[in-house]
Amino acid sequence: MTRQQVLDLYFLDARHKLVEIAAFLDRVERATGPDDFRLKAFRATLAKLQGRKRNKARTVLLAFSDPTTKPIAQAPGKGACGAWPGKK
Amino acid sequence: MRYIEPHAHMVSRVTDDYERMALAGCEAVCEPAFWAGFDRSSAAGFFDYFCQLTEHEPKRAAKFGLKHFCWLCINSKEAEEVKLAEEVIALVPQFLDRPNVLGIGEIGLNKNSRNELRVFELQVELAAKYNQLILVHTPHLEDKLKGTRLILDALKSDRRIRPERVVIDHVEEHTVEMVLDAGMWAGMTLYPETKCTPARAVDILETYGRERLWLNSACDWGVSDPLAVPKTALEMKRRGHLAAAIEKVVYGNPKKFLSQSVNFKV
Repeated sequence: MTRQQVLDLYFLDARHKLVEIAAFLDRVERATGPDDFRLKAFRATLAKLQGRKRNKARTVLLAFSDPTTKPIAQAPGKGACGAWPGKK
Repeated sequence: MRYIEPHAHMVSRVTDDYERMALAGCEAVCEPAFWAGFDRSSAAGFFDYFCQLTEHEPKRAAKFGLKHFCWLCINSKEAEEVKLAEEVIALVPQFLDRPNVLGIGEIGLNKNSRNELRVFELQVELAAKYNQLILVHTPHLEDKLKGTRLILDALKSDRRIRPERVVIDHVEEHTVEMVLDAGMWAGMTLYPETKCTPARAVDILETYGRERLWLNSACDWGVSDPLAVPKTALEMKRRGHLAAAIEKVVYGNPKKFLSQSVNFKV
């Protein structure tokens, strides 16, 4: 596809998602109490979207991922939260 | 347009979904054994589930002209308790000669624990012993990268496992390349919030090509869409992909992989 075709197909959808992210950050700022590693990871990952380097989706997914390589001793539960909390 | 749904948990779906899938062109649905949303308290619960997958669910599908196939295993979310897992694994061989069974799956990892990895290896052993295809679940979100690496390392270290007989499911942009480089098949799961969206799945197809890749809805009891595969075919069409290319991804590719099982016929 040409860039114009991509913009015609996806610009409004991407704009909508960008506004949603902005509103999410506003919501977090309005709220009270401490945040946690998820918001820190979110802000750090947002910064990686600047510039014209390719593979941004891959970069974002890697930024939220557990980078360690050894199995953990025991599963702490079943769920995942979307961001790696770091070593505890 | 005809398509194959290679990963759907129909025991969690209403009968209307079978009808909608059939109307959308689905010819066959394949159902891996998975976590029911709660832990079963004994191996007997899994015995009943395997009966449901091999006896009851094919009849539900047949009412709408759909062929139903399944995969059997204990899933990674219930694999922390190794003794229970061993009891369930011991049940599987008696079901393997049933006519709709495709192989061992969806085995894999969830939180990447030692016990999960141990149970994964036991089930790889089972697949090797009975010469079964393997369908692998990779972990969610922040655990996916590490889990995919651990899974690939375990599979590659077993010389009996032929990579072309393994599909690694739920790949995303950060894991698809390592799976394809290992010679295995890669499944892209289309979820509204996690895993791939239709647009991202088509991005991956445009980046990595159409070989050894398939699409699935993995529809279950959670937020999911049983029509995600035909919707992604529509996304390909919107981008100008030709009908033959679309059919290869949604029908030809799953048919090619699954036909390695003598039980798979469409």
